Amino acid sequence: MSEVLCDVCFDPGALLSAFCQGRSEVGAVASFTGIARAEAGGTTILELEAYPGFTDAEIGKIAAEARSRFNLDDMMIRHRVGRIAPGDPIVFVATAAKHRRAAFEACDYLMDYLKSRAPFWKKEHGPAGARWIEPRDQDHADIARWDKETTR
Amino acid sequence: MARVLLFGPLRDLAGWRERQVEGCASIAALRALLAAEDARLGAALSGPGVQVALDQAIIKGDRPLAATAEVAFLPPMSGG
Repeated sequence: MSEVLCDVCFDPGALLSAFCQGRSEVGAVASFTGIARAEAGGTTILELEAYPGFTDAEIGKIAAEARSRFNLDDMMIRHRVGRIAPGDPIVFVATAAKHRRAAFEACDYLMDYLKSRAPFWKKEHGPAGARWIEPRDQDHADIARWDKETTR
Repeated sequence: MARVLLFGPLRDLAGWRERQVEGCASIAALRALLAAEDARLGAALSGPGVQVALDQAIIKGDRPLAATAEVAFLPPMSGG
């Protein structure tokens, strides 16, 4: 497994603690944790598929873009693959910057990218069977916000 | 011999995730071969939002295929 992809459950609190350690100059750390929803019993397992090598490389590109766009000092991205139980974390993003606005915005940007443009495929398994999930219109609208903001 | 990879719903539709394909000199020839074997898969490979990666880089349109090429068909992506 790569730095980003992870095929076992992770502890977002431990990741955040480790990410915050030893920083005396960054000033701001923001983080986001995405958690698998049970959908009132409709989802028993969420299955996440990646394209090993390609998925890592694509996320690496967007991480580099976020780093320069928001002038980040550092960031961390963890994304589950495999079979995920409701309540377990799927994704964790942390960003470190001099000031809070950049940290918040970079976190938001990275999550919008991960939802609809990163090479992952997501299948919900439940009592009614299994179905592949495509990005919602809202996910496309969310990432499009950043395309418009070309001059920051 | 090109290595062909399917992801997400394409993998379920085809019933395979990965296979080796011989004798295809281009992406178009590969599409034609897969469509001749399985018309539903052939249609799905050109479905809305399906992208093609050649040797792990997204491409548009047709390309020649080297003997060692890796071709992946990528349906709409959804993470997080």
